[in-house]
Amino acid sequence: MNQYPAWKNLLVATVLAAGLLIALPNIFGKAPSLQVSREDTAVLNDAGISQVNSLLESASIATVESFVEDGHLLIQFDDVQEQLRASDLLREGLGKGYVVALTLAPRTPAWLRSLGLQPMSLGLDLRGGVHFLFEVDMDAAITQRLDVIAKDLNRTLREERIRRNVRVVGNEIRIRLGDAADLDRVEQLVRDSDELLEVRRANVGGEEQVIIRMTADQIRERQDFAIQQNTITLRNRVNALGVAEPVVQRQGVNRIVVQMPGVQDPAQAMRILDATATLEFRLVCEGENALEAQRRGRAPLGCELFSDRQGQPVLLKRGAIVTGDQLTDASQGFSEGSPAVYVKLDSKGADEMLRTTRENIGKPMAVLFVEQSRDIVIQNGEEQYITRTEREVINVATIQGVFSSSFQITGVDVVEARDLSLLLRAGALAAPIYIVEERTIGPSLGQENIDKGVNAIIFGLVCVMLFMAIYYKGFGVIADLALLTNLVLIVAILSMLQASLTLPGIAGIVLTVGMAVDANVLIFERIREELRNGNSPQASIHAGYAKALSTIADANVTTLIAAVVLFAFGTGPIKGFAITLSIGIITSMFTSIIGTRAVVNFVFGGRNIDRLAI
Amino acid sequence: MKLLTNKTDINFLGRRRAAVILSAILIVLSVVSLATRGLNFGIDFTGGLLIEVGYDGVADLQGIRDQLAGNGFDDAQVQNFGTASDVLIRMLPRPGANTAELGAQILKVLQAGDAAVAMRRIEFVGPQVGEELTQQGGTAMIFALLMIGAYIILRFHWKFAVGSVVALLHDVFIVLGVFSILQLPFDLSVLAAILAVIGYSLNDTIVVFDRIRENFRHIRRGSPEAIMNISINQMLGRTIITSMTTLMVLVSLFFLGGEAVRGFSTALIIGIVVGTYSSIYTASTLALALDVAPVDLLPLKQIEDPDGLP
Repeated sequence: MNQYPAWKNLLVATVLAAGLLIALPNIFGKAPSLQVSREDTAVLNDAGISQVNSLLESASIATVESFVEDGHLLIQFDDVQEQLRASDLLREGLGKGYVVALTLAPRTPAWLRSLGLQPMSLGLDLRGGVHFLFEVDMDAAITQRLDVIAKDLNRTLREERIRRNVRVVGNEIRIRLGDAADLDRVEQLVRDSDELLEVRRANVGGEEQVIIRMTADQIRERQDFAIQQNTITLRNRVNALGVAEPVVQRQGVNRIVVQMPGVQDPAQAMRILDATATLEFRLVCEGENALEAQRRGRAPLGCELFSDRQGQPVLLKRGAIVTGDQLTDASQGFSEGSPAVYVKLDSKGADEMLRTTRENIGKPMAVLFVEQSRDIVIQNGEEQYITRTEREVINVATIQGVFSSSFQITGVDVVEARDLSLLLRAGALAAPIYIVEERTIGPSLGQENIDKGVNAIIFGLVCVMLFMAIYYKGFGVIADLALLTNLVLIVAILSMLQASLTLPGIAGIVLTVGMAVDANVLIFERIREELRNGNSPQASIHAGYAKALSTIADANVTTLIAAVVLFAFGTGPIKGFAITLSIGIITSMFTSIIGTRAVVNFVFGGRNIDRLAI
Repeated sequence: MKLLTNKTDINFLGRRRAAVILSAILIVLSVVSLATRGLNFGIDFTGGLLIEVGYDGVADLQGIRDQLAGNGFDDAQVQNFGTASDVLIRMLPRPGANTAELGAQILKVLQAGDAAVAMRRIEFVGPQVGEELTQQGGTAMIFALLMIGAYIILRFHWKFAVGSVVALLHDVFIVLGVFSILQLPFDLSVLAAILAVIGYSLNDTIVVFDRIRENFRHIRRGSPEAIMNISINQMLGRTIITSMTTLMVLVSLFFLGGEAVRGFSTALIIGIVVGTYSSIYTASTLALALDVAPVDLLPLKQIEDPDGLP
């Protein structure tokens, strides 16, 4: 009686050994490191690695270790000074095309790494960093699409020499025609261009107009596309910022969460993430007096009034030669000693640019910088999206030669050149985004939280262990062993799942410690009762475990229900709490029941015992 | 060493009248406070801006308030956070302004006053997110209670389910009441703690019910009240010990875990104390009031095999 079959003992031993192994990476601590990756997110090749090595050698910077992981090169140093020296050196030496990020990497030894084992992943509140939640303006995504369709239709109708007025009103496109006889033809042309659009004729204000709308499917597809595109663009921008282990993910229907561990300046991060900065190239309106227009507050027909960097007015023609979405590449550099942005255009843009420069040699062309910032404000008790658009002429230059697909823009300073090239390169946002949540945790707070959490766990654990050992004697000690094993298993599972550990998550572990003993208390009290009722020690042990099982199962299931509900409804740190609580309950059932039974059987099983130390 | 032998024979349920009156008083106090003073909601629910900074010495709260007011931030709440050198600044959403940028501006103002001020964290929650979290929190609680009610009906009997759910609501209201009366900060982690209290308190209740069910089957003589009393007495040792061990770790968390988890540990401590009390009284009292009897628990139990080995 009271003996476990060999396979059960083996199971317990295996789980324990596996748990210890998987949890092992967590005791090695972290080292100041650099993560070097290619900006175009391709895998780092040998040429890059040897370049890095020779740069470091030439400055005799000692590295503790360096290896390739997930396509990045990870270099670990002894202390922060070496890390910073190496960072400056590599940033200069490798130049554009490589991203060098400061990070704290775990000091896991190679043999553990080769097994694919890593330490737990820490949430932002334990690591420090920035968390943004963006909301995508879905309506604007649709409007932008309608704008593009309207522009295309306008061009098609112009080529067909149809007199028309194409406008986007709300969520439909309305076409007014100069000649009512064209209505049929226009309808047909629209259907030809995109057979999925809803086209109909309606009488608006006494006039027959062609009304175009997107179908519900198209709208949904467009919205999904907007989110996906935005997620990719944000990811590119975050990568280009040089952040180690960033998180960019869709959350819910129309939101995107961005987390950047280690970033300390949210303002700078926001400038890059949220900005929609783009360029437009326009010809200057000639023969007009810009100062005169500024004084009058009105621009002459066919022109628009802008100001340049120094505040001087400039008149540009309506209609851009090339717009931002036709830019295929942009990089920063120097042109004759001044910072510049090198730009490449796609074929359509190149054609337009070629045509314009050929027809306008000797005439001035301006580069217009367009920046939009967005916000959600409360007006009249409701939330509204507002957009602020700033347009500024960066420079005006005379067209001296014909060029098409690549050229450079001057008139910016170094920081602007870098920001602008980054924004242009990482792509345009498919739909505007707004910040709805932002959290920044300083690194010192992160470390403090970890220390406090760990202290709380240790102190609570020691109290409970002492109590169990005193109150239940021998059996209490066995329960304590189960408690420690439980902690090891929780850490192991968290490491395996790579779920983020947050401060509420640590609180969840603390709670589990308190509740895990409950199962053992139930079992031991039952054993005591059986002994009191006069049963033999062996029979008491057997009955104790048997009768307590259904109670333990019931009780733990209800806490598990609460934890699952929390997981489903919670976000961020709360999810972390739900995860550790759930894991803790499951592992505690294993260790408290099977684990302790295995030890009890080992110690007491199959022997003649008079008294139990309980 | 034993704290209690099973020879305790406290007539718990005999005193249930007094318990009901006590519970009623506590609940009325809680509800009144919730209705009049409400809860001290954190920015997770109201939306707004929260900044935590640390100074080198004791922070001059009034000085900080003046500084901020002088720069257009007269609606900022300034208070200590944990220690005398940590300061928490809070602002509700401002109509027509980009609250996210204000965080950086406020930090600059503070740095102008004392260059050594350290930024601990800045949090901004947009008003619509705040509203959503509030709704989600309420839904989560209701959902959890429904699921748990269903589970108990399955495992025991609906008369017990009513008792348990009422006991849980009783616990939740009293915890909320304490937070309302003392105006303790109520943020997302406190809500998580309350959901954990629901799970844990139910733990207790189920253990008692389980014993009652077993005794209903084995003890043939005696009124339901007497049998339930015996059951409660039998479980008393375990109930008190488990509450004690859990409280031990929570007190450790309360003192050592820092300000960030203080609300969380407070809610759990209150919840567990009240929960233990309600497991003994509220659930059983209600079941008795509904005239629960051994026959209610019999039919379901033919299929169960209580001797399954672990």
